[in-house]
Amino acid sequence: MTPESGFRIRHKHLLGIEPLEAEEINLFLDTAESFLEISQRPIKKVPTLRGRTIVNFFMEPSTRTRSSFEIAEKRLSADCLNFSPSGSSVSKGETLIDTARNLEAMAPDMIIIRHSAAGAPHLLARICQSSIINAGDGAHEHPTQALLDAFTMRQKKGKLAGLRVAIIGDILHSRVVRSNIFLLRKLGASLVVSGPPTLLPPGLDRLGVEVEMRMENALEGSDVVMMLRVQKERMVHGAFPSLREYFNLYGLTEERVRLAKQDVIIMHPGPINRGVEIAHEVADGPYSVILEQVTNGVAVRMAVLYLLSGGAIGELAA
Amino acid sequence: MCSPEDAVVMDAAKIDRTLTRMAHEIAEKNRAMEDLVLVGIRTRGVPLAERLARKILEIEKVEIPVGILDITLYRDDATTIGPHALLKATLIHFPIDEKKVILVDDVLFTGRTIRAALDGIMDFGRPRSIQLAVLVDRGHRELPIRADYVGKNLPTSREESVEVSLAEEDGKDAVRLVRPGSSGRGEGKRERG
Repeated sequence: MTPESGFRIRHKHLLGIEPLEAEEINLFLDTAESFLEISQRPIKKVPTLRGRTIVNFFMEPSTRTRSSFEIAEKRLSADCLNFSPSGSSVSKGETLIDTARNLEAMAPDMIIIRHSAAGAPHLLARICQSSIINAGDGAHEHPTQALLDAFTMRQKKGKLAGLRVAIIGDILHSRVVRSNIFLLRKLGASLVVSGPPTLLPPGLDRLGVEVEMRMENALEGSDVVMMLRVQKERMVHGAFPSLREYFNLYGLTEERVRLAKQDVIIMHPGPINRGVEIAHEVADGPYSVILEQVTNGVAVRMAVLYLLSGGAIGELAA
Repeated sequence: MCSPEDAVVMDAAKIDRTLTRMAHEIAEKNRAMEDLVLVGIRTRGVPLAERLARKILEIEKVEIPVGILDITLYRDDATTIGPHALLKATLIHFPIDEKKVILVDDVLFTGRTIRAALDGIMDFGRPRSIQLAVLVDRGHRELPIRADYVGKNLPTSREESVEVSLAEEDGKDAVRLVRPGSSGRGEGKRERG
């Protein structure tokens, strides 16, 4: 046993960032550092999870997150199965619990779940033997996205403590924001959010987050600016009058980028709506790290799969 | 908590002389030094590989590239033993195709670490040959693996363990045979394979 060993994640599941300790978050990030290198090798595969079965159970459309998990699984030599609602028993009216029990009967080692209902992964964690990884549940959490965001910030800025991070857009419906708030607060970054008042939930101050009504105030002095995707269906529901007005008030233009620190980085969880929340020249600009987030996502998810496969160790106290 | 029965089998001077001899053996056996690369297996194979490279530079005036291999992801018990060893990056910044690779580790025991290292190396390319250099061979092989260069053959019982300390990692150089029941000094490595 080498002296470096003894690190472990206390949880069997990754249901959210909220229940994690700062050291556990750092362990995920440090481990991901080593996995980055594997994706640059000529043979991008290690045999670590050989013989393990992982089910990608995606009940909401997702390209980026699902492919990212799938590549991470394949690079670790796990066998993976993709399960989506169309063409499955779900479209025939099966309940989530019954579907989960049927998946479980095939003895997978892990289930990656994306679901429109907050708490769906927690339900699975209660009834399944497998490790459950939350790949986004309703407007609740998206832990692996927050980990890859933090990984990218740490890579670009050296550390997270003391950074000023501005998040702009639909704060109310965003699970990415919620997971990012928990993570960045635990690791000592300061957070400011801005967006249409109809899309700002109450109680953010209790989470230690500053709220600015004017986007410009939020951008001022920021080290990191994270733009959120405008979900066009929100416009139909009357959260804001038009995409054009949204862009005028909350779109990230080059002019607005200049309000932030000179070495600011621009992030976006994707998919981006050019000309709605972000201008072309910003999305493609030198400060944009949007595509690096995608690359880092694979390494971070490999780290999550690797660390959670180290044997069952107690349930998540969520 | 070092029990008196723990025998120091190699001290700093002995380790240094041994490495000098191994460097000469490597130079003797590999006439064309240009194709040679050293790859140290984390953790204590790395300083040993660097020391061998320095000695070869002194003897032959040839600079041998040194890479670092982390075999954690290739272990046959990677996901059955917990807690996980902290994973560190593999750093091999040169192509190994058609090279003569010498793997360097501190202790050769069951051979399982070397089996994992061979798999790891193969994922970086197709070397012309792979040789193995170890500071201590303590026997008890579980796989058909042998070393090409051995610093010291140390007969042991399975219950004993061999603890290697190196200045770069542990502050000083020593190889110690730790008897069962003794906790050892803890600053060195207890080999796993």
